[in-house]
Amino acid sequence: MSPVLAIRDLHLEIDAQPILRSVALSIAAGEICGLVGESGAGKTMVGRVLLGLQPENARVSAAEVRFEGRDLRGLSARAREQMLGRDIALIPQNPMTALNPVARIEPQMTDVLRMHLGLGRAAARERAIGLLEDVRIREPGRVLRQFPHELSGGMRQRILIAIAFACRPRLIVADEPTTALDVTVQKQILRLLKELQTAYATAILFITHDLGVVAKLCDTVSVMQGGRIVEAASAAMLFASPAHAYTRALLASTPRHDRPGDSLKPIPTALTAQLRSEAAALPGPVPGARAW
Amino acid sequence: MNARNRARFGGAFLLLLAVLAIAAPLIAPHDPLEQDLLSTFRPPVWMEHGSAMFLLGTDSLGRDVLSRLIFGARAAITVAVVAAVLAGLLGTALGLLAGFFGGRIDTAISRLVEIWMAFPPVLLSIVLAAVLGAGLHTVVIAIVVIDWTRFCRVIRAEVLVQKSRDYVASALTIGLGPVAILRSEIAPNVAPLFVTLLSLEMGIAIVVEAVLSFAGLSVANDTATWGSMIQEGRQFVRQAWWLMALPMACIIVSVLATQALGDGVRELADPLMRRSKR
Repeated sequence: MSPVLAIRDLHLEIDAQPILRSVALSIAAGEICGLVGESGAGKTMVGRVLLGLQPENARVSAAEVRFEGRDLRGLSARAREQMLGRDIALIPQNPMTALNPVARIEPQMTDVLRMHLGLGRAAARERAIGLLEDVRIREPGRVLRQFPHELSGGMRQRILIAIAFACRPRLIVADEPTTALDVTVQKQILRLLKELQTAYATAILFITHDLGVVAKLCDTVSVMQGGRIVEAASAAMLFASPAHAYTRALLASTPRHDRPGDSLKPIPTALTAQLRSEAAALPGPVPGARAW
Repeated sequence: MNARNRARFGGAFLLLLAVLAIAAPLIAPHDPLEQDLLSTFRPPVWMEHGSAMFLLGTDSLGRDVLSRLIFGARAAITVAVVAAVLAGLLGTALGLLAGFFGGRIDTAISRLVEIWMAFPPVLLSIVLAAVLGAGLHTVVIAIVVIDWTRFCRVIRAEVLVQKSRDYVASALTIGLGPVAILRSEIAPNVAPLFVTLLSLEMGIAIVVEAVLSFAGLSVANDTATWGSMIQEGRQFVRQAWWLMALPMACIIVSVLATQALGDGVRELADPLMRRSKR
């Protein structure tokens, strides 16, 4: 079965500084793919490029970017607008800033329904109430009339998840969806995400630095370091027998509740130095690769 | 004073001014042009030699000051509303375009604003008055032509800030096009700033009208405006200081009222500010 998303040799440069190098990803339908790495590894940038949100001065090229077999490179602005929100959606990193502060929840939820599904005002409202019920929000009718600042962070993230799932997209990019939340709320949100994902068989690109979350949630994992993917494997494989030295170091640097006595090891500087020189030796964009 | 009271005070005063301006012929005790050469330089009623006939006294030609102030409100209100709204719409439209689309459009508009602001504003309005002839429409045009840059620059800067916000990125990811984002994400967030600027501009417009009247570039001499009253009063400031002081007081209170209204409305209209008040 062909993957929902296939990326090959994705390069991104800002001011001649390589940010992403030869990134490759493949996500099968209904699968959760974790993208892990330290801060600055380029995880978020991969998600942004997929959604066309890369900075204006970024130069992107790729040998292949296919979504359900369709080439995303050189897609017209119109076609991209039609696809975003309907086929590919985003769950943003920070629920506190991702909702428009001066608009009520209702239009923010119904915009996407009305635009992509062509629903009328009343039908979109009905649908929004159903979606809010799906994400376990009580009194959805009242919440629709509220402003974002009247809701808690967990509530706002639920709303954003509801918006992401609104049009039953085939792929959702979840960019650290729980980082900005309390640990207790995180757990509920992740459970909810997993439920909806299973119910709708949505593929998710789950960007995070939290290996614990990856272990619980993801089917496959790609480990990023310095703008490239150093290891990609199934989650079970990766945690049982990490192949790459960096993956092992990353795992050793993570607290584990099943081994409380272990001391945490920082990632050795010798390793990062070695990886940096390796990365510098990597070839740049293939000359023939199409600019994005 | 809290936001609600500020808005109430400003709104009430401006409403009163508007009623006075519209119903001036009914309210004013005298014809503002009627001369009574036997009773010139009468002081206001509470001073010595004041008379109940002329509550705020008379000027050098024996015209009733109160009536002239009431008729003067017509020019002030017209200019404040029409000029400020037109300047605001023009400047905001260009500011939105420049900030949102960036690139060449931004460069073109921003350079235009810079060049525009290099003209000395008073000289520009004198030239305009000379070309267009004196009259209220000249004052309005002069204010619009000069002050749209203020809106343009401030709105552009705010749009740049808004454009980098997460909710604009979120709107992009649900496939909203540029027009929809401008309308539903950016415009509502810029609106409070627009209201503030508009109220500032109304105050400025009242002052500019007075300045142009003072310079004799506003309306014809037979129409009473606060600026022309100040200009006439200046010649007799030693004999009859109130001829200058009373229209000045009108201008000051009106400008304060516009600021209070703008401030109050902005706070009341902005959900974020509303929260901080709770």
